[in-house]
Amino acid sequence: MIEPILEVKDVVKFYEDKAVLNGVSFRVFKGATKIIIGASGSGKSTILKLIMGLDRPDEGTILVDGEDITKLDEQQLAHVRKKIGMVFQESALFDSLTVRENVGFRLYEEGVDEEEIDRKVREVLGFVGLEDAIDKWPSELSGGMKRRVALARALITEPQIMLYDEPTAGLDPITSRKINELIIALRDIKSVTGVFVTHRMRDAFTLATEYATNGDHEIKFRTEDNFLCIANTRFLLLRDGKIIFEGPDEVLRKSEDEYIKRFLA
Amino acid sequence: MPLSPTAAVKEVQDVSLLAAKAFGSIFRRPHYVRDILIQMELIGVGSLAVVMLTGFFTGAVLTLQTSKTLSTFGAVGYTGALVAVSLVRELGPVLASLMVAGRVGSGIASELGSMLVTEQINAMRALGTDPIKKLVVPRLLATISMLPVITIVADAMGILGGLFTSVFVLNITPNLYLNRAWDSLRYMDLFGGLLKPLVFGATLAIVSCHCGLRTYGGTQGVGRSTTQAVVASSILIIVSDLFLTRIILAYTR
Ligand SMILES: Nc1ncnc2c1ncn2[C@@H]1O[C@H](COP(=O)(O)OP(=O)(O)OP(=O)(O)O)[C@@H](O)[C@H]1O
Ligand SMILES: [Mg+2]
Repeated sequence: MIEPILEVKDVVKFYEDKAVLNGVSFRVFKGATKIIIGASGSGKSTILKLIMGLDRPDEGTILVDGEDITKLDEQQLAHVRKKIGMVFQESALFDSLTVRENVGFRLYEEGVDEEEIDRKVREVLGFVGLEDAIDKWPSELSGGMKRRVALARALITEPQIMLYDEPTAGLDPITSRKINELIIALRDIKSVTGVFVTHRMRDAFTLATEYATNGDHEIKFRTEDNFLCIANTRFLLLRDGKIIFEGPDEVLRKSEDEYIKRFLA
Repeated sequence: MPLSPTAAVKEVQDVSLLAAKAFGSIFRRPHYVRDILIQMELIGVGSLAVVMLTGFFTGAVLTLQTSKTLSTFGAVGYTGALVAVSLVRELGPVLASLMVAGRVGSGIASELGSMLVTEQINAMRALGTDPIKKLVVPRLLATISMLPVITIVADAMGILGGLFTSVFVLNITPNLYLNRAWDSLRYMDLFGGLLKPLVFGATLAIVSCHCGLRTYGGTQGVGRSTTQAVVASSILIIVSDLFLTRIILAYTR
């Protein structure tokens, strides 16, 4: 049996006196993607923060690669965090550092030499299509560019797990499309495990219905059809701190539940 | 400011915890030498002008007041001595620290505060870097190392300000003023006068970092944290000055 690379078990999280997460359990297998959808304030970002160890659950356990991270202290968490990349909802770029220093942050911290950092930063900026922005400051970037720089910063050490917190929120369809394609490519070509948080159904369904293949010169994107159905990308719908749906897009679309129907409309 | 006694106790506990963590990680790798140097420049160069100005005028006005009092004893000639001792022991360290608290403490709190509310602190942790080592320790070390230097500047400017009023207002000769000033100073005065800014520097850096890092409530919270950092570190500087002075005087002769 394949072990899940990420497992959230009976997690409860209170902020002040309110249970933001109230018994949340799910698992993500290696190379799979979990799309977490839910209304604003339903606790989506909170789940990602708990997985990253930025905050602790009040109850329950979180296993990353089989290791319970809820018992680790800040120093022990550092090696778990190496395996995970996170794109924050508001990008969270360091505004006192240039794009180069932001993207290369992890490498600078590890003391990698300058040339190597420069090469890697350019490579990963190329992947998100922002080579030209390397010497800019975060304040000079548009929202969509910030999001892609944040993606590049998380990707530079090629983590096995990626957490995306609404990476397309507030962006135009073309930029959103670009970001979605990057995420699909990571899933299908690099087998990166992903947790994708969004409340935009369009983006969620793009991820659940399209796949990437290595073409001759470039990555090609196709939509699933009668011959191929994407099985590794599943939905999880959060409502008032509880999971009210878990399954593939086909089932989600056919759901008879009133709340789900309204959510998809 | 903390309202209830429990909140106040918790606050003290949190500050002590941050201090312990920060001092504990000073000698642990990685060392952010570059960040320390950047902060030293920011604090040193940034505070110089304001400290020189306040030092000069405080010295000048202190001289006027002192000479007035001394004239009733017919001892105006001793003005330099009294001014120098007050400056080096008390006014230099306290004024310089208060000025730095206003300028640097507020800067630290607002920078860390906005980093916190924009999730940059979380992003840093997510990238595997300890914000205490990367942000708090460099600010602590830079403040501790620069404040004594800034204090020396304040002392010198104060004595210069005193010289200015002595010569142009009180008609004391520069030689008399400077000789009296120089003769009055003991090593213990200098030692105490430089020990104080070390303690004040550590206090204001830790308190300001703490205020910044526990910011809540978005951008508005950053303003609140900034004010709290300045108020709290100023009060702590003045209160701890009393205790430090008592200790230093106990060891003087
Ligand atoms: N640090 C915090 N302190 C207090 N309450 C918090 C904190 N973080 C989150 N909350 C509360 O927890 C709830 C869930 O927040 P969360 O950020 O996880 O929502 P979300 O699902 O990501 O929403 P959105 O789609 O708007 O990003 C909200 O009601 C929020 O007010
Ligand atoms: Mg969110």
